Amino acid sequence: MTRFLLPLAIFAVLVVFLGVGLTLNPRQVPSPLIDKPAPVFKLHHLHDPDKTLMSQDNLGKVWLLNVWASWCVACRDEHPLLVQLAKAGIVPIYGLNYKDQSDTAIRWLKQYGDPYTVSIVDSDGKVGIDYGVYGVPETYVIDKQGIIRYKHIGPVTVKSLEDKILPLIKELQG
Amino acid sequence: MYKFEAANIFVLQKRIDHYSKFIKQLVAVFSVALLPLISFANEAVSNEAVPVAEDPVLEKRLINLSENLRCLVCQNESLAGSRADFANDLRREMREQMKANKSDEEIIEFLVARYGDFVLYNPPFKANTVLLWFGPLILFVGGTIGLIVYLRRRRTQLEDIPLSESQRLKAEALIKKINKE
Repeated sequence: MTRFLLPLAIFAVLVVFLGVGLTLNPRQVPSPLIDKPAPVFKLHHLHDPDKTLMSQDNLGKVWLLNVWASWCVACRDEHPLLVQLAKAGIVPIYGLNYKDQSDTAIRWLKQYGDPYTVSIVDSDGKVGIDYGVYGVPETYVIDKQGIIRYKHIGPVTVKSLEDKILPLIKELQG
Repeated sequence: MYKFEAANIFVLQKRIDHYSKFIKQLVAVFSVALLPLISFANEAVSNEAVPVAEDPVLEKRLINLSENLRCLVCQNESLAGSRADFANDLRREMREQMKANKSDEEIIEFLVARYGDFVLYNPPFKANTVLLWFGPLILFVGGTIGLIVYLRRRRTQLEDIPLSESQRLKAEALIKKINKE
């Protein structure tokens, strides 16, 4: 009987490993930027191209950087949630309009609502590369010291907001 | 007889003439057909200044480097082979850095700082990749040890069990019986 136990144990370990592997999402590549200073940028406002926003301007407050585009279908999924979050006034959301056309982007915001304190334009995606963006939408939680504390890849969901993003914001603000 | 032979040779000569004429025509037709190809080839040589990229040397370096980098959007493709917009952007970025005289190491460092080790098809040797690097070796050594232990144990199991005197006599009797039959 014991001679069957060892292969059975090995098999059980294998099953556990493969089972865990199945639940992992290969699309969610851990970002090396977590707990690192947010890359510096200086970008024009979407609605007022004469104005610019620098990443350092947001030092001293916890903020969200939401990477979006009018061509991004998944952005439409998360958008109502962002609008709600903005209305609740918990945290300022800054929109990084990624590789988009400004007039289309402005029209898109008019249609679906504008949750952003400021939207900034990254038309050639250079700042996106600095932030390691590879799948829009992506959302970064950045703390008062300008350090990236969390990155959410893909559309924000109620679950991800309640389980992770909101508690983290509360902790960082406190 | 003579006349017949002569006639035969005459016919033969006529046939050779006919065939050689046919071959000449064939060659003529073929060279006409090939002419555009040849001129096209000439043109391709003379028009060499239609490169895919501005700088073929740099482009070659880019391809060599990006072949070992993973596209994060279509994860089974390299940055060199992917047609995703993302790969395009990163290639553009790499191209710009190459033009700015950055070394391959610096470019890889740039990408790893933003996208993590996941962009590398060739994983670096680190604390959390030890199992990846030595896992197969550990499995091999473990398997070999297991095999040796198993075979040793099996050999002792198969050791000769000497027959008792009565068993020996019985066996001899049986062998004799079979031989007689």
